Amino acid sequence: MNLTRVKALTKKEFIQVARDYRSLTLAVAIPVLLLILFGFALSLDVDNVPLAIWDQDKTQTSADFIWKFQGSRYFKVVGYFDNYKQLEEMIDRNQALMAMVIDTNFSELIQSSQPAPVQLLVDGSDSNTATIALGYASAVVSGYNAKFLLQAFSKSGIPEPAMIDVRPRVWFNQDLRSRNYIIPGLIAVIIMIIAALLTSLTVARERERGTMEQLISTPVKAGEIILGKFIPYFIIGLIDQLIAVAMAQFVYHVPFRGNLALLFLCSALFLTGSLALGMLISITAKNQLMASQLAMLVTFLPGFLLSGFAWAISNMPPAIQAITHAVPARYFINILRGIYLKGVGIKVLSLYIFMLVFFTVIMVALANKNFKKKVS
Amino acid sequence: MNTNNNNAVEVHNLEKRFGSFTAVSRISFHVAPGRVFGFLGPNGAGKSTTIKILCGILSPTSGTGTVGGFDILTQQDKIKQNIGYMSQRFSLYEDLTVEENINFYAGIYELSREKKRTRKEWIIHMAGLEGLRSSLTRTLSAGWKQRLALGCAIIHEPSIIFLDEPTSGVDPISRGNFWDLIRTMAEKGTTVFVTTHYMDEAEHCDSLALIYKGAIIAKGTPHELKTNFMKGDVLKISLPDSQQGLERLAALPIISESALFGSDIHAVVSNATTASPLIRQFLDQHTVTGYTINEIEPSLEDVFVSLIENYDRENTKNEPDKS
Repeated sequence: MNLTRVKALTKKEFIQVARDYRSLTLAVAIPVLLLILFGFALSLDVDNVPLAIWDQDKTQTSADFIWKFQGSRYFKVVGYFDNYKQLEEMIDRNQALMAMVIDTNFSELIQSSQPAPVQLLVDGSDSNTATIALGYASAVVSGYNAKFLLQAFSKSGIPEPAMIDVRPRVWFNQDLRSRNYIIPGLIAVIIMIIAALLTSLTVARERERGTMEQLISTPVKAGEIILGKFIPYFIIGLIDQLIAVAMAQFVYHVPFRGNLALLFLCSALFLTGSLALGMLISITAKNQLMASQLAMLVTFLPGFLLSGFAWAISNMPPAIQAITHAVPARYFINILRGIYLKGVGIKVLSLYIFMLVFFTVIMVALANKNFKKKVS
Repeated sequence: MNTNNNNAVEVHNLEKRFGSFTAVSRISFHVAPGRVFGFLGPNGAGKSTTIKILCGILSPTSGTGTVGGFDILTQQDKIKQNIGYMSQRFSLYEDLTVEENINFYAGIYELSREKKRTRKEWIIHMAGLEGLRSSLTRTLSAGWKQRLALGCAIIHEPSIIFLDEPTSGVDPISRGNFWDLIRTMAEKGTTVFVTTHYMDEAEHCDSLALIYKGAIIAKGTPHELKTNFMKGDVLKISLPDSQQGLERLAALPIISESALFGSDIHAVVSNATTASPLIRQFLDQHTVTGYTINEIEPSLEDVFVSLIENYDRENTKNEPDKS
């Protein structure tokens, strides 16, 4: 390794990156865009379920019951209707996710202490949201029932029966905001995509333009070329990381409970591995087009789907779960969430950190080996 | 390998196969220091492959050789420090300026600050790039790119320079200037190994090797090639309608080959003194007037066309089932 040569290579690479303003814009715009899109748009929270109501009873009792829904933050009554056709239309037009039909004898049945049926129509096309909305609805109803039961007991003078009183306390993400869960994971996805995308072009471009042939006729070593290309992109990656952390802090107010130094150390590790992966792709691919497509395929799909970034790995079938162990982003996401939300340190995260070291070492070794092989 | 060899380049039975394709087939030659050695041949003959092996970019399948006294099989790193290589694509960084390209190669070859300054001025002056130091390389014309690429390749003043088709795609005036430059460097002791398929450029070389289908089919100085390898004499026939004349002369059995060179016909005959009267007689019979016939020294192109045709004839004769 010769420092003068590495310096010359790094300087050249910096000039090229700085002059390629399209890539540079991309390097900053992609992370910001992803953060805005996913931070604001990808909310797994189900709030304000639009609810359409057909109250056939129209009594004080039914109004009380409806109020239970309207009063909760989970439902928003979007209108009162008086036939199925209208309810259907509301659901068809996505103006209501749920419709509730209260029968004409609702209050009569309640007053005579008989079970009063209430019909709920749910748009199940988004099964996840529908399940959550149904859960909310039954929670509201059982709350109503419990209160009703207690009233009945106290009216008849029977002492209140013992009931289980659950007192849940949510840790780490008290408000259960899915954003707190998604944003730290998104940092991993951004680093992986940017790193692989930017570096995937560098070697392929030099080969396509013939400058690689010129370069390898000089005393330059493979490791020096790789290091020279690595340094500028590493700095860009760190800048992206800074943007992401700053946006998490100041735009999304994601709580940060851990050690910032540890966060950046792990990020640097993951960034190194991802850059080496991009370089490996660039070395193996025949041309720039193939390289960028390969980079997208190798980073985007696993990064989004198999890393546990938004969709829990524990819900996946066993075969897919096994595959996720080979996705390095998975470990980095666990580290990020651990540091961000749980404030845990190196001791708890040691296994994940070890996996990142493993990934990085393998990638750097592969890139170096393949480069040497390709050159000779 | 042998330490007492004084040749700048020396190879023995060098061979390079890519799968079942033999790009270079057991070639041997040597180049004396301070000479301009021309490696000639049509496209795809194996010129670039040979040059890449000599520069340490490719490994040969078999054979041995030295460049600057260093073994091409084991001392590629040493070789790379002592040579300059210019590929046929003038591989400069197009998104870097003239000066940035020079700075880059100065760094790659670890020139001292002082050396870098003097070499940079030399390159800019040599390439005529004064006033274009800060221009992006992609905006330069082919001739400028060629000279800048040469400058970058020899920034460290190597003792041996390899130039792969250095003049392709460059205008004739730039080509002329470029050859003047090469001759000047050779006079100062640099060995120049140059490939080309321009036969007129071959005349600038001290010695030549003709490579065809991976094999060297002739070696020597330009004069040796013209006198030793030409089977027969060359007659230059000038006549008013050379196209029609060529067609008619093709019927004469004493002319073994004939081709148009500008507005003249070059005809190869076994003996000029016996053939000339017969050709005159033939032309007179066909009432052709105003013609002249002179014996000339064959051009390198005549020699190579004739050598290649002989080679093809012999090889199809020897291996009839392969064609």
